[in-house]
Amino acid sequence: MSTDQNILVKLNDAGLQLNNKWLVKGVSLQVEKGKIVTLIGPNGSGKSTTAKIALGIYKKIDGSVKKYTNKVGYVPQKISIDWTLPLRVNDFMMLTESLNKETIDEALSLTGVIHLKDKNLGDLSGGEFQRVLLARAISKKPDLLVLDEPVQGVDFTGEIALYELIKKISDELSCGILLISHDLHTVMSATDHVVCLNGHVCCSGSPMDVAKNNEYKALFGEQASQILSRYQHKHDHIHTDEGEIKKN
Amino acid sequence: MFDDFFIRALVAGIGVAFVTGPLGCFVIWRRLSYFGDTLAHSALLGVTLAFTMEFNIAISVFVISSMIALILIQLQKKTNLPGDALLGLLAHSSLAVGLVVIGFLTFIRFDIMGLLFGDILAVSVNDLLIIWIGGAFILLTLKFIWKPLFASTVNYELAEAEGLNPDRAKAIFTILMAAIIAISIKMVGLLLITGMLIIPAAMARNLSSSPQGMVIYSIIGGLLSVIIGLLTSLEFNTSSGPSIITAALLLFILSLFKIKQSIKLKN
Repeated sequence: MSTDQNILVKLNDAGLQLNNKWLVKGVSLQVEKGKIVTLIGPNGSGKSTTAKIALGIYKKIDGSVKKYTNKVGYVPQKISIDWTLPLRVNDFMMLTESLNKETIDEALSLTGVIHLKDKNLGDLSGGEFQRVLLARAISKKPDLLVLDEPVQGVDFTGEIALYELIKKISDELSCGILLISHDLHTVMSATDHVVCLNGHVCCSGSPMDVAKNNEYKALFGEQASQILSRYQHKHDHIHTDEGEIKKN
Repeated sequence: MFDDFFIRALVAGIGVAFVTGPLGCFVIWRRLSYFGDTLAHSALLGVTLAFTMEFNIAISVFVISSMIALILIQLQKKTNLPGDALLGLLAHSSLAVGLVVIGFLTFIRFDIMGLLFGDILAVSVNDLLIIWIGGAFILLTLKFIWKPLFASTVNYELAEAEGLNPDRAKAIFTILMAAIIAISIKMVGLLLITGMLIIPAAMARNLSSSPQGMVIYSIIGGLLSVIIGLLTSLEFNTSSGPSIITAALLLFILSLFKIKQSIKLKN
């Protein structure tokens, strides 16, 4: 039930070639308001590259990418910050947009790191820094959130809480989310649309569709497929034999 | 003891310090020390050109330095040489070409020492105007590009992804670097301009915990260096550039004690 007005970013047969080697090729996908689109795939399958194409970081791409909003929050997978910069968490929160104190405090509280506000960015642990990155991305109340493995290095209970937070944010702000994650359990519980990458789109659809797809099984193995299916059955809907989803 | 020329030098130096403070922070943050050096070395060519064509020195230096910056960017794209090799290549060849050209200009008497190390006697009222008007322009532009420049200094992809256009900010910043070298060459001399950019900012890094704090300390450090350096220069008849830089060095050494304290406090 999506109208064109709800589309935040749209990739059409997009790909990136670097030194005559395709990093990713022929990706078509779109992220709509209030929807979570997840990219899954093995290492080196082009997940981060696809996210960066969607963000417009790469200039010379094949195909096309259209971004319909400028209010974007981004949590990159790798971030190397130069510690010659004296930078506190509070300064970092205002890196790309000036925010008032309440907004900053609220975002830091949501990700559970308000107590680190005046700490130097270089003194944070990996998990703490990840929480700050997520807080920064959501604080500006973006239309489009691009989260590249947003909970890496976060402790187990924190991981679950943060994924719940991401789902909540998607509902409350009705922003679109492009998520990259390795954790199939968590991904499948909240995702509207899954795109399985392996240098190209090997399959895409609802989590259930993808789980049943043979290419997906070949890529991730039978076990991963079962994880997905099992997860689906915990939900408030049933699956018909044709693979369709029916609400209870 | 305060002669007219001394007041002029002081006013000029203060103007320069206000601009080198914030720019110097970015030079440190973005690791551009040798880039600044290269632009400064190329300034000699600009000066000789100004003399041969009887043109304004600051404008001529600005044009040549900007050109060298553009050539550097092109070389970076088109060769496989590492950045520091290209910087060294441009720095020394432009300095050498500048000196060779001076050799041909036998009809003009050059104060080479003054060019290399600064000469407070040489600061005219005209120079003051260039420093203060040019300096105000540089600072206003820097304020305008601060957010994208700073964000991309922290992380280029974040800045690009969230729509800040970091490439444009970087290009503008390069031009600002050429501009500060152009307006401060008479005060500090072309061999020591990078010192004026880096040393007060390095001192400021030791004292500050936020980017804005570092900029403010950097300006204060630059101002103190200029005042102490020029007084010394007047008193002992030393070149103005080396005197200012030596004063900056002393302030930097003092700032090291602050670090020692804060490390002690941490443990």
